[in-house]
Amino acid sequence: MSVFPYLVAGWICVIGLYGIVTSKHLIHLALCLTVTQSSTYVLLLAVGYVQGGGPPIFKGVKLGTTAVDPVVQSLTLTDIVVSVTVLALILALALDVHDELDTMDPDRIAELQG
Amino acid sequence: MTRRIRVAIFLPALGLFGVLLAWALVGIPDFGHYRGPYGYLLNRVALPERHMTNVVTSVVFDYRGFDTMGEEFILFAAVLGVVLLLRQGGREQPDELNDSVGSDGVRIGGVLAVGACVLVSLWLIAYGFVTPGGGFQGGAALASSVVLVFLVSSHKAWSGVASDHALDPFDGVGAGGYVVIGLGALIGGLPFLTNVLGPGVPGTLWSGGSAAFVNWSAGMEVAAANLILFTEFIDEYVVPLAAGDTAG
Amino acid sequence: MLVASLEPLQYSIFILVAIAATAVVLTRDVQRQIVVNGFYGILLVILFVVFAAPDVALSMLAVSTVGYPLVVLIAIAKGRAK
Repeated sequence: MSVFPYLVAGWICVIGLYGIVTSKHLIHLALCLTVTQSSTYVLLLAVGYVQGGGPPIFKGVKLGTTAVDPVVQSLTLTDIVVSVTVLALILALALDVHDELDTMDPDRIAELQG
Repeated sequence: MTRRIRVAIFLPALGLFGVLLAWALVGIPDFGHYRGPYGYLLNRVALPERHMTNVVTSVVFDYRGFDTMGEEFILFAAVLGVVLLLRQGGREQPDELNDSVGSDGVRIGGVLAVGACVLVSLWLIAYGFVTPGGGFQGGAALASSVVLVFLVSSHKAWSGVASDHALDPFDGVGAGGYVVIGLGALIGGLPFLTNVLGPGVPGTLWSGGSAAFVNWSAGMEVAAANLILFTEFIDEYVVPLAAGDTAG
Repeated sequence: MLVASLEPLQYSIFILVAIAATAVVLTRDVQRQIVVNGFYGILLVILFVVFAAPDVALSMLAVSTVGYPLVVLIAIAKGRAK
C-alpha cells in the first residue's frame, strides 16, 4: 500500500485543477472545484488511517482497541457539510454573471467586459 | 484571461506541484502507519474524561468546539451571501402553480418517507455523542428530508413548510446559540465553551453534558441554513417559470 | 486475517475513486456531469467507510444525495431559461 493513497489524493487535486483551467462552463468549473476540494478529504483521512483500526467510536467496543485518528475525521465532516453552501454561493454568483452577460463561458466574460 | 494563458500558467504550477508532492512522499509515513500522538491520545482519554463514546463528535463539539464555531460562521456567511444575491427585489408569489404530483402512490409514500427521514435525522443529531452522527450530519440530513416535500407533492406544500420568515430565526438562533452557550461558561469564570454540565452518563442521550446544547444549536443552524438555501434556489427556479406559463 | 483481506478492497476503492474523479472533470455537459458527480459522491461514501470513518461517510451521504444535485440542477435550469 505504502504511498498509493497519497498519490490518489494528489491525482484528484490535479485533475480537478485541470478541469478548472480548461472549463468552458461556470457550473462545470464549480463542480471541478468540489472535486479538488474532495482531494483534501481523501488526503486527511489517509493520513489518519491506522491499518486494521476500527472507527473511533467506543460504543460496544473496549476502550483501547486500535482505532483511527478522530481529529482528521472531525475536520473533514464539518467541511463536507459547509461545502454545499459554498458551492451554492459560487453558483449564485455564476447565475448573476449569466443574468448580466448572458453567458456561462469564463472566456467570453472577459471579452464582453472589454 | 484566455484559456491559452491559463494553461500556460497551469503547466509550470503543475510541475512545481509534482516536485513538492514527490518531496512530501519521501518523508511521509506509510499508509496505515499513523504516528499520532493526538489521535491515539484522544481515543484513550475521550471516554474516561468526557464520557462520550463517539470520539469524533467529542472533538467537534468539545475539544475543538471553538474551531467548529468558525466553521459554523462560514456556513452562516455563505448563506447570507446567497440570500443577498438571490433575494434581490421583491419576488412576486405565483398565484396558480399547478405542479402537484399526480400519482397518489408517490404522494402518500413520499409523505411517509418524509416522516421517516426526519425521525432518522433527529436521531442522528440526538445520539451524536454515542453513535455516528451529530449536529452537522443530522442537520444536513434534516434539510434533505424536508426537501422531499417539494419533490413528492407541490411547490405550494413546500412553501407552507419552508418559508423565509419561519427559517431565518432558526438560522440566527442556531448560530447565535452556539456563541451564547460558549459565553455562558465565560460568565461563570471558566474558559469559553467549557463543558459546564458535563460529563454526562456514557452511552446515553445525556452523555454530552452542555456540549449537547452546542450540538443541537449546530444542528439547528445547519438544517436552517440548508433549508434557506434550498428555498432560495427552488423559488428562483419555480417563480419565473410560473410567469412564463401564464403568459404562454 | 481481516487486515489482509481488506487490502484488495482498499486498493480497488482507491482506483475507483480516482477514475470517478477523472470522469467528473472530463464530462463537459453539465447535465451529465451532475449524474457522474452523484456516482463519485457514493464512491467517496464507500471510501470513507473503508477508512473507518462512519461520521464522515454520513455527512457525505447527506450532502451528495440531495444538496449537490438540487443546487446544481436548479442552477442549470436557470442558466438555460433565458
